[in-house]
Amino acid sequence: MNKKKLLGTPYFIWSAIFIVVPLCMVFYYGLTDKSGAFTLENIISITTAEHSKALWLALVLSLISTLICLLLAYPLAMILCNMNVNQHSFILLIFILPMWMNFLLRTLAWQTLLEKTGVINSMLGFLHLPTLNIINTPYAIVLGMVYNFLPFMVLPIYNSLAKIDGNVINAAKDLGANGLQVFTKITLPLTIPGIISGITMVFIPALTTFVISKLLGGSKVLLIGNVVEEEFTQASNWHLGSGLSIVLMLFIIVNMVISAIFDKDGEGSVL
Amino acid sequence: MNKKLIDLKNISKSFDGQMVLDDLNLYIRENEFLTLLGPSGCGKTTTLRILGGFETPDTGHVIFDGTDITKLPPNKRQLNTVFQKYALFTHMTIAENIAFGLKIKNKSKAYIDDKIKYALKLVNLDGFENRMPDSLSGGQQQRIAIARAIVNEPKVLLLDEPLGALDLKLRQDMQYELIRLKNELGITFIYVTHDQEEALTMSDTIVVMNQGYIQQIGSPEKIYNEPENAFVADFIGESNIISSTMIEDKLVEILGVKFPCVDTGFGCNQPVDVVIRPEDVLLSSPASGKMKGVVTHLIFKGVHYEMEVTANGFEWLVHSTGMFPVGTEVGIDVDPFNIQIMNKPASEDEEAVGVNE
Repeated sequence: MNKKKLLGTPYFIWSAIFIVVPLCMVFYYGLTDKSGAFTLENIISITTAEHSKALWLALVLSLISTLICLLLAYPLAMILCNMNVNQHSFILLIFILPMWMNFLLRTLAWQTLLEKTGVINSMLGFLHLPTLNIINTPYAIVLGMVYNFLPFMVLPIYNSLAKIDGNVINAAKDLGANGLQVFTKITLPLTIPGIISGITMVFIPALTTFVISKLLGGSKVLLIGNVVEEEFTQASNWHLGSGLSIVLMLFIIVNMVISAIFDKDGEGSVL
Repeated sequence: MNKKLIDLKNISKSFDGQMVLDDLNLYIRENEFLTLLGPSGCGKTTTLRILGGFETPDTGHVIFDGTDITKLPPNKRQLNTVFQKYALFTHMTIAENIAFGLKIKNKSKAYIDDKIKYALKLVNLDGFENRMPDSLSGGQQQRIAIARAIVNEPKVLLLDEPLGALDLKLRQDMQYELIRLKNELGITFIYVTHDQEEALTMSDTIVVMNQGYIQQIGSPEKIYNEPENAFVADFIGESNIISSTMIEDKLVEILGVKFPCVDTGFGCNQPVDVVIRPEDVLLSSPASGKMKGVVTHLIFKGVHYEMEVTANGFEWLVHSTGMFPVGTEVGIDVDPFNIQIMNKPASEDEEAVGVNE
């Protein structure tokens, strides 16, 4: 064994204990019943009305959140790119700052803000405006997802925009393209790797979240992440929880394969 | 002489309070190969970007074929640019790159296909239609960038140090290629470079720039043989620049020795700068020269020997096919027509005064 491989040993041990072994356990529990016999029942149970509804809702909400993130992040990244160095590092800092705070705290803060008697509604009431009743609805969950995951969309898009040589844009203008044509024919196609990375980095955590839906959706809106969590913590049915996790994993793998095809240069590996 | 195509009038431009171009006046004729030559930061690229429409001058006007285009955006101008480092669209094939401008102008497919074929043939890259830019060498990418620009049939092609990223051999080949292209297309080329050899090889007219001012405009021969000031003399090729005194018309005193020359009109007993190219310094036996000196350095350069000769307190740079070993006493002489007299700059500023033909 050469020196380089020797230096890698701690990481091999780490990934074995914390990635490979847990993954094997998920597959073991997911593919067996309580007696230990092989079964596909845990996986097939995704087709029951309750589970498929949770999966469907999770897919819809995370897709909507991803789309909103994309629509917000792209113009923002373009503005950042056009700023001079001092300005843009300041704005970038403002965007990254919340990420240094605990994820749970940030989401709890939104819960407090959105409550029926919370900060936002007190202010609206003071101004004699209609109150906002979105806490414990899918809207609040989408809001939480967008708020928490927006930076993960901005950064890869910003990176791929910053990589475009200014003269490539100038060349397109020089050849007669107007602003819109430059955007659709040059800027957008050249940033597709960044967009795909951003989508992956927002969609996967949004699809699997259970914290956001629990805190901002109350117990009224169940996502697939909440179902899995409940199987482990309340129902103590590790077999069913693992089976549903495997199903969820399929969606993640599909997304990552798509991302890998488009992002050959590894632009998504910014974080 | 062809008619004027582009007229730059009183162009000034500064970035963050830093003056880059100061009251620049320049015209470019139809079918001319004009080179903007100067060290980095002299304003040559800014001039080109103003022509291309990527910068707006603070003051002054750009007149193109009789129309003021100062405020016209780049996509509306009848000229095309070949950028430094090619700026090809990496997400498109070569054919799509070349077709870009034509598709925007809604040309028919048959016309576009024809043009792609023609352009690729012109730059000697037939059959490259479906390759991706990344799979091409630097020289090939540069030729595609040229093809992409010329299919639009511009009246003027702007080239921003297009050969800067290529190696020496390729650069020389591409110089001939560019001259051939210019002759075949019959359009105006405006070329930016800091490489004096490139400028001398290709240009009809060279514009030497420094610190935002035009130093001299002229044919390559004129710029090389009759530099108007010490900057031009120093920048274009190697030279001996000696502080001297003009005794009278056709007689100059260099390092205490009187030399006959051909220049007139500098007055009597006036301080001047004298430029003598190293290949114009004639070495002979000590007895026959006007000045005696000793060879202090000797290097073999291939075509010639490069020598340094100390004579009358000045280090003369000499290029000669004849060889004199270090330590040899030699005589120095210069033919009258090889002595170029220049006015001394009265101040730093005056050195940079715009000179127009």
